[in-house]
Amino acid sequence: MQIVVCIKQVPDSAQIRVHPVTNTIMRQGVPTIINPYDLFALEEALRLRDKSGGEVTVLSMGPPMAEDSLRKALTFGADRAVLLTDRFFAGSDTLATSFSLSQAIKKIGEVWGAPSIVFTGKQTIDGDTAQVGPGIATRLNLNQLTYVAKIGPIDREGGTIEVERRAEGGVQVLQTKLPVLITMLEGTNEMRRGSLSAALSAAKADVTVWNAADIGIEDVTKCGLRGSPTVVKRVFAPTPREEKAEQLPVGGKSPDEIADTLMNEIFSRHQTIEDDLMNFAAGQ
Amino acid sequence: MANAPKQQARPAGGRAGMKKELPEHFKAYRHVWVFIEYEHGHVHPVSLELLGEGRKLAEKLDVEVVGVLLGGDKSELEAAATEVYEHGADVLYQVADPMLAHYRNETYTKCLTDLVNTYKPEILLLGATTLGRDLAGSVATTLATGLTADCTELAIDDDRSLAATRPTFGGSLLCTIYTLNFRPQMATVRPRVMAMPKREPGRTGRLIEHPLNMAEEDVVTKVLRFVADRDSNKVQLAFADIVVAGGLGLRSAENFQLVKDLAEVLGAEYGCSRPLVQKGWVPAERQIGQTGKTIRPKLYIAAGISGAIQHRVGVEGADLIVAINSDPNAPIFDFAHLGVVADALEVLPALTRAFAKHLSVNRLAG
Amino acid sequence: MVEQRFDAIVVGAGPSGNAAAYTLAKEGLNVLQLERGEYAGSKNVQGAILYSDALEKLIPSFREDAPLERHVIEQRLWMLDDASYTGMHYRSEEFNEEKPNRYTIIRAQFDKWFSQKVRDAGATVLYETTVKELIRNTSGKVIGVQTDREDGAVMADVVILAEGVNGLVGQRSGLRDELKPDTVALAVKEMHFLPRDVIESRFNLKGDEGVVIEAMGSVTLGMTGTAFLYTNEESISVGIGCLVSDFKETGAKPYELLERFKSHPAIAPLLAGSEVKEYAAHLIPEGGYNAIPSLFGDGWLMVGDAGHFVNAVHREGSNLAMTTGRVAAETVVRLHRMRKEMTKANLAEYQERLEKTFVLKDMRKYRKIPAFLHGNKETLFGLYPRLLSKAAQTWFRVDGLDKKAKEKAIVSSFRQARTLRGMIGDAFKLARAWR
Repeated sequence: MQIVVCIKQVPDSAQIRVHPVTNTIMRQGVPTIINPYDLFALEEALRLRDKSGGEVTVLSMGPPMAEDSLRKALTFGADRAVLLTDRFFAGSDTLATSFSLSQAIKKIGEVWGAPSIVFTGKQTIDGDTAQVGPGIATRLNLNQLTYVAKIGPIDREGGTIEVERRAEGGVQVLQTKLPVLITMLEGTNEMRRGSLSAALSAAKADVTVWNAADIGIEDVTKCGLRGSPTVVKRVFAPTPREEKAEQLPVGGKSPDEIADTLMNEIFSRHQTIEDDLMNFAAGQ
Repeated sequence: MANAPKQQARPAGGRAGMKKELPEHFKAYRHVWVFIEYEHGHVHPVSLELLGEGRKLAEKLDVEVVGVLLGGDKSELEAAATEVYEHGADVLYQVADPMLAHYRNETYTKCLTDLVNTYKPEILLLGATTLGRDLAGSVATTLATGLTADCTELAIDDDRSLAATRPTFGGSLLCTIYTLNFRPQMATVRPRVMAMPKREPGRTGRLIEHPLNMAEEDVVTKVLRFVADRDSNKVQLAFADIVVAGGLGLRSAENFQLVKDLAEVLGAEYGCSRPLVQKGWVPAERQIGQTGKTIRPKLYIAAGISGAIQHRVGVEGADLIVAINSDPNAPIFDFAHLGVVADALEVLPALTRAFAKHLSVNRLAG
Repeated sequence: MVEQRFDAIVVGAGPSGNAAAYTLAKEGLNVLQLERGEYAGSKNVQGAILYSDALEKLIPSFREDAPLERHVIEQRLWMLDDASYTGMHYRSEEFNEEKPNRYTIIRAQFDKWFSQKVRDAGATVLYETTVKELIRNTSGKVIGVQTDREDGAVMADVVILAEGVNGLVGQRSGLRDELKPDTVALAVKEMHFLPRDVIESRFNLKGDEGVVIEAMGSVTLGMTGTAFLYTNEESISVGIGCLVSDFKETGAKPYELLERFKSHPAIAPLLAGSEVKEYAAHLIPEGGYNAIPSLFGDGWLMVGDAGHFVNAVHREGSNLAMTTGRVAAETVVRLHRMRKEMTKANLAEYQERLEKTFVLKDMRKYRKIPAFLHGNKETLFGLYPRLLSKAAQTWFRVDGLDKKAKEKAIVSSFRQARTLRGMIGDAFKLARAWR
C-alpha cells in the first residue's frame, strides 16, 4: 500500500518574535520544526506500513531549507521524501497550496504507484486553517476523513476503510472506499524514535526535489500568489489594552485577607455574579 | 473586540498591488449566508452567533441575512428554523432529505455547493467547528473561491468587500484578508468569538425549500454509528459563566486540584493553559486559548498563568478577568482587569474558603 | 544488523565539536557527529562573542555567510556599586577594519550555520541522538559509542568528546571527575529586543558596529562573578554569572541577580522599552588551568568546555573551543594518514600541539587567578568597587573642599576599609596570579 504524508515545516510558534516597528515576523533565528500535528499523521502512516507493507512517501512544499524537516521524517522511518520548491509557489493561500500539493501527489502516483491513503495533520500551527487537507481531497477526488481519532479495519480487497472521526459531541464511525484523505487528530499516537541505522541512512539519503514544471504545472498562475483568491491586505500586531490590571494591595496581608478583599472586589465589579452565585448555592 | 486593529500597518510585501476587478458574472452575487450547523436535534450556538454577525454585515451592505439549514427530516427542522429566524435570519434555505440526517462531507458539500451556485450569495459564513472546517474547505475548493479560517473580526470595507481579520502565528499577529475577485467570500469563525445576538421571539422569515438531487447508492461514505461523548454535558467550558483556570505557576499536577476545588464551589468550569496539556496534567479539552477553547464568561480567574498571547486571545471576551500570579511582570496583568501579585497556591484555597463561607452564610440567611 | 563504522566520532555540535568535525570531514575522513539537541545550537539560544582568528583558521571566508550580529568597536569595563559605576571605555575607529576581530553572535543561529558547514564538508551529522556511554574493547581502548537509539552502537577509531561543560559521557565512562561547584559558574542570560535604530542611538553606533560591556561589583552581592551586556543587530544580550559554590553559600538566586543588574541605574536606561525573550541559564567552566581534566587516552580526546578550556579573565571561550577542536582533529588526521593507531601514546600529540598554541599558554599564565578571585571575593567584588566609586565621587564633586583635602579623604577611606598591608597584599597576590 502506498501512503503519502504531507508535512509542513513551521516556525516554532512558542519562539515567534514580531518586529516592534515593522510588525513583521522575525524569522531569523526562530527555530523551525515539523508541524507537530503532522507527526501524528506520519506515525499513523508508519504503523500502517509496518503492519501491512508498502511505502511511506513524505511530501512538503516550502523553501529549500524545508529539506531539514523531510530528512527528519526519514529519520523516523519514512521510505522517501519529496520537496516541492519553486519561487512560483511563494505566497500560496490554502487553495493554491492544495493545488500544488495535489499535482505533486499525482506525480508521486505516476512514479511510485498511486497512494491508497494521503495523510495530513489536522491543521498547522502557523496557519491554523485546517483547509489544505480538505482541499487536496476535493481536487484529487479522495474520500475525505478529517479529525480521525482511530483507523479501523482496512479491507484491501474490498477497498474499504473504517475510521472513527471526532465530531461535535461525539465520535462518528465512518466507512468509506479507498483512496482516502485522512487528517489525523492530535494525541492519537506517539511518534517513534527512529533506530540508529534509520537515522544514519536518513542523514545520507537523497531528498527528491521537484519544481512546478516537474509536477506538470504549465500554467503557473494557478499556484503561489497568483493562484490564491485571498489577498492579505494588512498585517498588524494586536493592540495592547490601554489600561493594565488594577493591582489589589497584598502587602502584609494573609492569603485569607487577600481572598476576602478579592471576592468583594469581584462582586462590586460585576452586577450579576453575586446573585448568580446565590442562586447556584440555593439550588444545591 | 479588545484587540481590534487601531494602528495602520504597512501592507504585506507584494500583495498590496492586488486590485479588485470582480468579473461580471460575480456581480449578481448578493446576500450574507450563514450555514446553520444542525446535528442531533440541536442548532450549534456558533451558527446563531454568526447570524448576529451576519446581520451587521448585511445592514452595511443593505442585503438580507440568509440561513442555510440541512437535515434529515422536514418536521424535525421546524424548531431549528424558528430559532434561526428569531436570531436574525430574513430567509432560510432548507434542504430536508434522509441522506442529510447525519453529516457527511460528500452529501453536504454537494448540497451546499448546489445552493451557492443556484442562489449566489456574496458572503458565506460557517462555524469553525469540526463540521464547519471539514465542509468549508471542500466547498471553497469546489467553488474555487477564497476562504479565511478562524476569523476574529468581520467588516465590510468601502467597496463592499468582506475584510476578514484573523490571528496568525499563534496570535502573535493579526492579518486582514480579502477575497477580491471571487464569490462567495467565505469565512469561518470559532465558537464564542462573536457575541450571541438577542433572540427576538416571534420574529419570522421566508422559507425556501430546495431538493438534494442525490441518490444514496452514489454516496460512498456511510455513517455506521455515532457514539456520543459520555461527559458531553460536563465539559461546557466555552459556554460557562464562570471559569477558573490554572497554569504552570501551580507547579505540579496535584496542585491543579486547587483549581477544581474553587470551580466546584463556584459551580464553574475549570480549564488550563497550554503547557499543562503538553505536560499531560490536564486533558486537552480543558485547554483555553488560540489552539484550545475560546471562552466568554462573566468571570475568569487565571491562577498561575503567565498570559502568553495564545492564551490571551482565548479569554479576552470575558467580562471580568482576575489574574493571580507571583510574577508582577507576567503579561497576564496587561489584559486582566484585576490583579493579585501572590502565590496562587496560597490564594486559591483561601478564595475557595472565602466563597464557600459567603455562600453558606447567605444561604442560611436567605 | 550491519556494524556501523566511522573513522572518527565527534560527540557534540557546539563550537569545539563543529571545529573538530569540520576539520576531519574536510580532510576526507569518514566522520559521524552526534548531537543530543534538536539541532546544533538548540540548547544555546543566547548571545555570545565570536573571536575571528579561531574561526578564520577553519573557514577563512566565514564573513561571507555566517550569521554575525555586530563587530565590536568598543569595550566598556565597569566597576559597579549600587548607585554608580567607575569605568574604562575603549573605542577605536581601527576596529572598523576590513576583517574585524570580534563579533557579537547569537549562538542558536551561529551554531546552525556552522553545523551546515560541517554537513557540507561531508560529515554525517545526527541530531536528537544522545551518547550514553563509550564502548571499550577488552584492553580498555575506546572503540565506539552507545547511543540512546534502537540498535544504538556505532564504532570508530577515535572518539572526540566535545560534549560541553557537563561532560556526562566522560564522567560516566570514568575519564573525568564530577564538576566541582567552585570550578563552574552559573550564568543566566536574557535577550532584549529593540529596533536597530534605538540600539544604534543608545550606544552611539552606526551600521554594524557593536559595544560590549563587562561589569563587576556590588551587583554580584560579594560573590565571584561578572555581568555583561552585548549589542546584537536588533537585540541586546544581557547576563550575569557567579560561581556555583558561591550561589550555594549565599543562597542567592541567579534570576534575582540578573534582575538586580538590569535595574541598575547604569543598565536600566539601555534596556528601556525592550521586549524580553529567551531566558536561559548555562554553566561555564571557570576553574582555569588546574581544573583541566586528562585530555586524551586510548581512543579518545577531549575538547572545548568539556576540557575546561575557558579563559575566565578575558571572557574567552568559543575561540579556545574551536582551536582545541581543530587541533584535536588535526592530530587525528595526521595519525590516520600515517596509519597509526589511536593509542594514548600517539594521541598525546594533541596536548603537545596545544602547548604551542595560545590556548595552553594563556591557561597556564592565569592558572592562579581562579583561586585568587575566589579567595578574595568580598574584597574584590564588594569592597573595592565601592571604594573606587566613593573616591571618584569625592574627586569629582565640587563642594568647596580643596583638592588636597579630597585626596586625603580618598586615601583615608581606603585605609579605613582595608589596611595598607591588606591592599599591598591584594596587589601582590593579583600580580603573582596574573604573571
